[in-house]
Amino acid sequence: MAKLPKPEELMAGRPPFPAKGWMNTKPEFKAGNFCYPAKVEIMEGMHMPHPHEWRPDEEDWHLPENWEEIIYNGLKERLAKHRSLKVFLDSCVRCGACADKCHFFIGTNDPKNMPVLRAELLRSVYRKDFTLVGKLLGKVVGARKLDKNVIKEWFFYAYQCTECRRCSLFCPYGIDTAEITAIVRELLYELGLGINWVMEPVSNCNRTGNHIGLQPHALKDIIEFLCDDIETITGIRINPPLNEKGHEVLFITPSGDVFADPGIYTFMGYLMLFHEIGLDYTLSTYASEGGNFGSFVSFDMAKKLNAKMYAEAKRLGAKWILGGECGHMWRVVNQYMATYNGPAPDNMITPVSPITGTVFKHAAATKMIHIAEFTADLIKHGKLNLKPERNNHIITTYHDSCNPARAMGLLEEPRSILRAVCNNFVEMPPNTIREQTFCCGSGSGLNTEEIMELRLRGGMPRGNALRYVQQKNDVNWLTCICALDRAVLPTVANYWAPGVTVSGLHELVANALVMKGEIPRTMDLRQEDLPEPDVDESAASGEEDA
Amino acid sequence: MIVSFVAALLIGLAAWTGSQAGLQYLFGMALPLLAVVVFIGGMIWRVLYWAKSPVPFAIPTTGGQERSLDWIKPARLDTPMTKAGVVGRMLLEVLLFRSLFRNTTTRVDPQNMRITYFSSKWLWLFALLFHYCFLVTFIRHFRFFLEPVPVCLEWVEFFDGILQVGVPTLFLSNVLIVCALLFLFLRRIVNPKLRYISMANDYFPLFLIMGLVGTGICMRYFDKLDVAQAKVFIMGIVHFSPQSVEGLNPLFFTHLTFLSVLLIIFPFSKLVHMGGVFLSPTRNLPCNTRQVRHVNPWNKPTVFHTYAEYEDDFREPMAEAGLPLEISLEEAQAHDNEKSGKPVEPASAQ
Repeated sequence: MAKLPKPEELMAGRPPFPAKGWMNTKPEFKAGNFCYPAKVEIMEGMHMPHPHEWRPDEEDWHLPENWEEIIYNGLKERLAKHRSLKVFLDSCVRCGACADKCHFFIGTNDPKNMPVLRAELLRSVYRKDFTLVGKLLGKVVGARKLDKNVIKEWFFYAYQCTECRRCSLFCPYGIDTAEITAIVRELLYELGLGINWVMEPVSNCNRTGNHIGLQPHALKDIIEFLCDDIETITGIRINPPLNEKGHEVLFITPSGDVFADPGIYTFMGYLMLFHEIGLDYTLSTYASEGGNFGSFVSFDMAKKLNAKMYAEAKRLGAKWILGGECGHMWRVVNQYMATYNGPAPDNMITPVSPITGTVFKHAAATKMIHIAEFTADLIKHGKLNLKPERNNHIITTYHDSCNPARAMGLLEEPRSILRAVCNNFVEMPPNTIREQTFCCGSGSGLNTEEIMELRLRGGMPRGNALRYVQQKNDVNWLTCICALDRAVLPTVANYWAPGVTVSGLHELVANALVMKGEIPRTMDLRQEDLPEPDVDESAASGEEDA
Repeated sequence: MIVSFVAALLIGLAAWTGSQAGLQYLFGMALPLLAVVVFIGGMIWRVLYWAKSPVPFAIPTTGGQERSLDWIKPARLDTPMTKAGVVGRMLLEVLLFRSLFRNTTTRVDPQNMRITYFSSKWLWLFALLFHYCFLVTFIRHFRFFLEPVPVCLEWVEFFDGILQVGVPTLFLSNVLIVCALLFLFLRRIVNPKLRYISMANDYFPLFLIMGLVGTGICMRYFDKLDVAQAKVFIMGIVHFSPQSVEGLNPLFFTHLTFLSVLLIIFPFSKLVHMGGVFLSPTRNLPCNTRQVRHVNPWNKPTVFHTYAEYEDDFREPMAEAGLPLEISLEEAQAHDNEKSGKPVEPASAQ
């Protein structure tokens, strides 16, 4: 990995626009600005078309012989399948409203990272091959012939877009770059061009049930290990059910939550909450992945991986599914799951909270709700005994992850929880939160080490907003509800706003949660000393509920 | 830009000189009739072309709070859950350019390590002015097509000329559309980002509309057109009984030609955004995708790695870890033995 520039250098060193027009500039592939190609055996294993050896920084990408035909037919097929693609390609007036809304554009100042130009990369080919005007007038009307450099450009810029849809919010026609990027990535996969950071998790998820490739027994071990930690902190032993039939709820969360710091604390938080309220639930090793890297490959792959959720709910006889904190998982669950793999199995019902009786009518079709919806309802009904003072050393802000914000509208639920469990909550500036939130810079499968500088550039707007509240309000904590965020924001924060800790929402919930029969807490979930440890009330023991 | 300018100029010149060289019927009748046919036919074709492709997925962009728990106030218009909400959202979008109203400008200040986002409503304001002035002007022109002139048209003219300045009365829409056109043009030249993304097909409609508006204004205030005769001529076209063109201002034919070219390119250029805005699936669908299943007409059969295949892969370690199994280790072994010792072939993912 290349040495990283200092934050101030990176910000000041954004290059000016090239003198030449965009059709006459080519991307320069060099170490650090591209993701590694998917391994051939993985592509073969997932039955992807044209698996082959290639390197982005080499001249010859060894495309299949009839690559032009493949792209032409591929685009034709997708135009016939997606009205969105036709409308988005035809309607853009290049008003530029999207231009400075993209975190990658703000971070790189590369004009082709303006969503409008990112789309023009495909649009120009569409004009040439599929419109009369483009065929007749060519370059004058922005039509260009497909050549190998265009393919390279597509690869370069389709992997500098995290499909966060911030641009689509500002576009007067609702043109959604995520749709364009997703389709360009699909077309590239048709030529055997994919990235390993996406394909390997996809392959793992297909076989082992989760992105990180944890086999069932290993997953069980890890969960037991986390339960050991919970016992150390609370004195309570939890034995979460795994693959058990006949429970009311199937809980599915991204596997990142059992894998790495700080996601594991969020996972511990879920288990503590479920134990405390006596939720009748099970985890599954087969459907042990909430996230869906398939959605960064193709619609078909997303569907294939997503299918396990309903299949497992059916096999286990679960009545509804509770989903953990994750970003793109909720894009898929909220907007695609019912379409892909619905209707939900017959044994499932509209989710009802067994604790409060609240019926989640808005999930009547998918039978799946977000844990923030579930917990917010619990807290509203006063079902949790909370001591937010345990989080008093934390001054937190909240990062809306792109997909729950702009593909779901999950904005107030997590905030209401955060206010209940933490006494110090400060918002970042209004143009960087809620539906206008900025991506972490590493979404949609770009959370790989080899493009670290690019990720930090993409994370610049988020990092800068964080830095702002750190300086202004002494914020020392960033709460988020996305496993990818938990994996990448520590790096972004460490670079742009050093000193800010990143955590999931349910880590703070569990810190504040007073559990029946627990020992006085002296540690938080990270086993760090609480500045104000619980007073030992063993003298007055016996009374539990407030 | 130069190409577009020259093209628009040539079109104007051709019409102006042509109509003085006896080609008035070509520019004043044949071309406009053709343009109307192309426009209507083209737009129908365009909408059918879009409509032919299905909407496989419901992908509304949520612009605010979802409707989930009773005590959380949903954003009924920015994240509409109901059909009525969607109609509201679309009306806001089409009539008031809701999304453009959100526009901000980003400023990166490396010296102070600060990125600032300013509210930036200029584009929204001038885009709105432009479109509404165009609409008002369009409506006013019905005076040339209708006999008697409906009273509502007189109202439009009254309000448009409410300043009561000059003779003939200065129309507000004339002033504002010129301002808006200049703004929309200048921002493409002045703003480096806009300059970089703008292409000939962005400038060309602008120049055509400038020509259209310019000739129209000329004929009203300066090189005045015999409006009565123009109306006789236009009514003649409408009723397919051509009237005399003698003495009609050549600017009139130039005006008609700019309009005709605009109509002709309309369905085949970015101007189709007029229709596209109604069909955008990030705006015109309800955000109730967990409540109501959206059906994809080409949804493929679900093919995935099943639990049975998974258990076959991991039965031993699962048994060892004490995880529940559908087929116990013993059963699986017995099954294997039955098959004369052959190991069970793990089924492929596909």
